[in-house]
Amino acid sequence: MKDIILQLALRSIRIHFLRSVLAALGIVIGVVAISSMGMMGANMTLSVTEELSKMANIVVITAASGSEGGPGGFGGGSDEKISEEDFQEIQKIAEKYGLVYVVYRESDRIKVGDREGRSTIYGLDEDVMRRIFTLSDGAFPKSTSSVIVGPTLAGRYDLKVGSRIRIGDEDKGATTTVKVVGILEERGMSNDINSDMAIIGSEKLFTGIYGNEGEYNQVNLILNDINDSQKARTEILEKMNRKKTRVNVQDSSRMLESITSTLGTMTTFVMAIAGISLLVAATSIFNVMMMSVTERVREIGIMRSIGAQKSEIRRMFLYESVVLGLVGAGIGAVLALGIGWVVVLAMVGSTDYFFLPESLVYIPFAMLVGIAVCILSGVYPAWRAADLDPVEALRAE
Amino acid sequence: MPGDSIIELCGVTKIYSLPAGDVVALDRVSLTIENGEFVAIMGPSGSGKTTLLNQLGCLDRPTSGDLFINGRNTREMNDRELTSLRLNTIGYIFQRFNLIPLLSAYENVEFPYLMKHRRPDSSGRVGELLAQVGIDRAMATHKPPELSGGQQQRVAIARALVNDPHILLCDEPTGNLDSVTGQQIMEMLTDLNRKGRTIVIVTHDPGVARYAQRIVTVRDGRVA
Repeated sequence: MKDIILQLALRSIRIHFLRSVLAALGIVIGVVAISSMGMMGANMTLSVTEELSKMANIVVITAASGSEGGPGGFGGGSDEKISEEDFQEIQKIAEKYGLVYVVYRESDRIKVGDREGRSTIYGLDEDVMRRIFTLSDGAFPKSTSSVIVGPTLAGRYDLKVGSRIRIGDEDKGATTTVKVVGILEERGMSNDINSDMAIIGSEKLFTGIYGNEGEYNQVNLILNDINDSQKARTEILEKMNRKKTRVNVQDSSRMLESITSTLGTMTTFVMAIAGISLLVAATSIFNVMMMSVTERVREIGIMRSIGAQKSEIRRMFLYESVVLGLVGAGIGAVLALGIGWVVVLAMVGSTDYFFLPESLVYIPFAMLVGIAVCILSGVYPAWRAADLDPVEALRAE
Repeated sequence: MPGDSIIELCGVTKIYSLPAGDVVALDRVSLTIENGEFVAIMGPSGSGKTTLLNQLGCLDRPTSGDLFINGRNTREMNDRELTSLRLNTIGYIFQRFNLIPLLSAYENVEFPYLMKHRRPDSSGRVGELLAQVGIDRAMATHKPPELSGGQQQRVAIARALVNDPHILLCDEPTGNLDSVTGQQIMEMLTDLNRKGRTIVIVTHDPGVARYAQRIVTVRDGRVA
């Protein structure tokens, strides 16, 4: 059916084409900004989730920091160690879930040739090394003077199989020189062992340098079944902390949760900033609609005098702002596909997840917000137009 | 109330509140117009003729007093009902033609029809009316600014008639036209009156008032 009210709205937009295009442009920019930011956040979350879920089978047990009532000792929480007895207990509880192993860890100065720096040094059981690491070059260490190194560290110090690293502080006199026998494959971020930037040697090598035998930085549990994560965590916590809090247990699902929620907060924040552009667009639509009403006062008077209801006048102006919103949001959506893709590529580094519904959903979302903003900006002008006194309106020049 | 009066004003007063003080535009005007009458309202400028016509056309509400259209008191009607009354019972013809500039001549005539029937005219009534006032098909596709004053007023008459109103209210319908065209328009109105429509015309031109059966003179907001 021919809707003459819609026709009037469309013709009004057409005769003020430039003005209408500029008003719609604000909506285009707003929709592009919101959806790009939303998609960026979604893609970041998806890629981090994927990365972390590779390690979802790891449960990390650390000593609870600063046990209450104990003497105020030196050292912060991260320096608390798990004793041999505690480890034995943990093993008894957790070995049915998978492999339990201990980790020695220390951060120390290193020197390669004449280049100095810091690195994390891990001490691990040789069998455990074989189970959890993959080498890209060389072999696993067989003696107490040989180590394997992470790929990032190797790249930074030009380490190759056969290179030598001096560990320890020269000023304190105690240094140890070790030989690189293997380079690890990249493992990415993880909550158990961050091997990419580390030097890994045997337990004997580690205790040879730092002592502290039987005092472990952490105990890791590699689950046979990922679904046991929650159960294992609960059981360890319950049994170990019955009398007093001795250990903390981290499973990667919790870490994932906290990272995802942080990313979610960040995405919302960035989208809110992008939303400010829509506020600007709303002002511009409002302005155009008020101009349209002012210009058409006489026309409104004519329409009212020959029997158009207030609701029809309102409808005419609302149509105008809805059309501006639809056109703006439509163009914005098309552009958002391109611009969002570029933004995701630049900020996340991969567009693998770009076309997933979790990411693309931000386009219709931004469109809806844009159209809603247009309608809201049109409500007051439309109401003003409808409420004009017909006699006054007819008198307008 | 006499059975055949279509419009009845009882002590209608209209006061405009202006910053400089209240202006009494109509002062206790009482007037009865019978069904099928042709009435001319005359008076000098500023006498309240147009204010009176706006009251008759339900475009404005009286400050006090009552206006009956077809026996119904307009005081008891809300904006929606008054608008329907303007749509269905009253046809308005203006001095300045007042066509909608964004619509073609045809669409201007069709507009009140669409407002009333909520569907396009399939009976050919719009075309027929345009033909009756001497606007051909080609001319009907033009927008108002492309038409002459006389042509615009003919379109306006066709528009006023499209919903078959009982009352035609004309505010200086020939005021912006040359005398020959004005005469044609007046003959058209006379013809419509002969076919039974009540016509109220506001004018200060005695030549126009001559067509009417009755002349009501307004001076300083009062019927003389």
